Amino acid sequence: MTESTYRIQGATGEWEVVIGLEVHAQVTSNAKLFSGASTEFGAEPNTQVSLVDAAMPGMLPVPNKECVRQAVRTGLAINAQINKYSRFDRKNYFYADLPQGYQISQLYHPIVGEGEVQISLDEKDPDAHGKAIGIERIHIEQDAGKLMHDQHPTMSYVDLNRCGVALMEIVSRPDMTSPKEAGAYVKKLRSILRYVGSCDGNMEQGSMRADVNVSVRKPGEELGIRTETKNVNSVRFVQQVIEYEAQRQVDVLESGGEIVQETRLFDPDKGETRSMRSKEDAHDYRYFPDPDLLPLELEDDFIFDCKASLPELPDEKRARYKNVLGLSAYNAAVLTAEHETALWFEKLLDTSNEPEKIASSAANWMTSELFGALNKMGLTITESPVTPEQAAELLGLVADGTISGKIAKQVFEIMLETGDGAAKIVEEKGLKQESDTGAIEKVIAEVMQANADKVEEYRGGKDKLFGFFVGQTMKAMQGKANPQVVNELLKKTLDN
Amino acid sequence: MSVDKQTVQKIASLSRIAITDAEADALVPELNNILGWVEQLGEVDCKDVEPMTAVIPNKLRLREDAVTDGDMRDKILKNAPAAEHGFFGVPKVIE
Repeated sequence: MTESTYRIQGATGEWEVVIGLEVHAQVTSNAKLFSGASTEFGAEPNTQVSLVDAAMPGMLPVPNKECVRQAVRTGLAINAQINKYSRFDRKNYFYADLPQGYQISQLYHPIVGEGEVQISLDEKDPDAHGKAIGIERIHIEQDAGKLMHDQHPTMSYVDLNRCGVALMEIVSRPDMTSPKEAGAYVKKLRSILRYVGSCDGNMEQGSMRADVNVSVRKPGEELGIRTETKNVNSVRFVQQVIEYEAQRQVDVLESGGEIVQETRLFDPDKGETRSMRSKEDAHDYRYFPDPDLLPLELEDDFIFDCKASLPELPDEKRARYKNVLGLSAYNAAVLTAEHETALWFEKLLDTSNEPEKIASSAANWMTSELFGALNKMGLTITESPVTPEQAAELLGLVADGTISGKIAKQVFEIMLETGDGAAKIVEEKGLKQESDTGAIEKVIAEVMQANADKVEEYRGGKDKLFGFFVGQTMKAMQGKANPQVVNELLKKTLDN
Repeated sequence: MSVDKQTVQKIASLSRIAITDAEADALVPELNNILGWVEQLGEVDCKDVEPMTAVIPNKLRLREDAVTDGDMRDKILKNAPAAEHGFFGVPKVIE
């Protein structure tokens, strides 16, 4: 990926940036990791808390099978090693959002081992600019509660609804070297999680957030000391953190200072990171195996079923769209980036007996007309006022010559406004395309008569006038003539 | 393995247990006694022995993914030193 090498220009020369990400992804499940309380977002405070979550004495954790299953499916989706033996450990620290005084996590024996995620820096042609980012591990652990600091002058409020919800921590290798690569990695990971259905990937609601590890070094030298910026909750912020942190580290090193290995916080308003000094002590977590939980042992059948339940994943789908359906590399990439978009496209294809035949025109229509309209209205594909079935009807009318591509744009606009079907609109507004050669020939004759001088010039060698005749004919027929037929007939008549 | 007074004070602080200077002094030999006693176990060669996690053959039981618990805010907040508007109230902690 030499053409996109990212470097910080310092006073002493160029610096390279090394980035690793720890992504926390909330597992999609009904109940929490070790209790039967609900995980639903947005409930009244402390209404989704069991005695286990509140860490009442004598309560025992029992793992949720679905959370284990989703972690295994996620591991399989990134071709990772699945560890049939894993174990839960206690990570001890005191904070008001964690009544147990420890988080149940997996330090020594994580459930998922090494895997990789393929990223791309060019969405127009992903295969030409791919890179594999190594995944070191995925482990499952509990989320903490939520603190609110601005509701009372002297107190912080604690809501334990999120406390005990299952998280997957997905730890990458320090394989990324630019903000763009890190952004592409987060987007790709989110896409995979959504395809798998193991996490909704909703960064605004906090169901996916990243700890960003950044260090700098002179090209070819040993790894520098890194800092870790916690809880970054958007792709754009991840990139900002890297830009800011890399520049800050270069400035510190070039002015003779040293980088301290520390935890930092990102301030989105200022676009800066700052040290979280109070957490210095917190790194002494005194991990030990949780005596309340036996080791987690997985059967081959369980892993097999997890594998069988995986859908077609984005990279496979993209290859199929390109190779089997004959889409352009760009269309294949755009339509598979989000699972919902691919599902919409496939529903559209399902309306046809010969999906290969309509695939390219459907893809072109979606990426230009549909995306353009949704963008203007600020809607996502799932909120589209036009259904895949309605779109198929519209495209069908173009394919069989009932309307022209140009008229189809008008019809689509009316569909968006009224919700009516394409055929009904074409019928009611009289937009049906004229393909009857007799009718078109009659108009052509009139146009040639009215522009006898131009006909003369054309026949004298002024080829460019052909477009003029097409325009005049279409105008005379209110745009409803079949452009292909008009072209053929005009050519024939003029060249005689 | 042994601990000194400083380590004892650090562990106490990490565990949020308040101990006086005199208590720390008394805890040093007490903890070292225990550590010495446990250390005897190191004399046994168990290089090729699987760690035992249960005394009877037993497997980790998993729960079905169903909501069976929660919705008991009053009980949850009952023992809280301070609670307002359905939240626990704690001394302000902010970064």
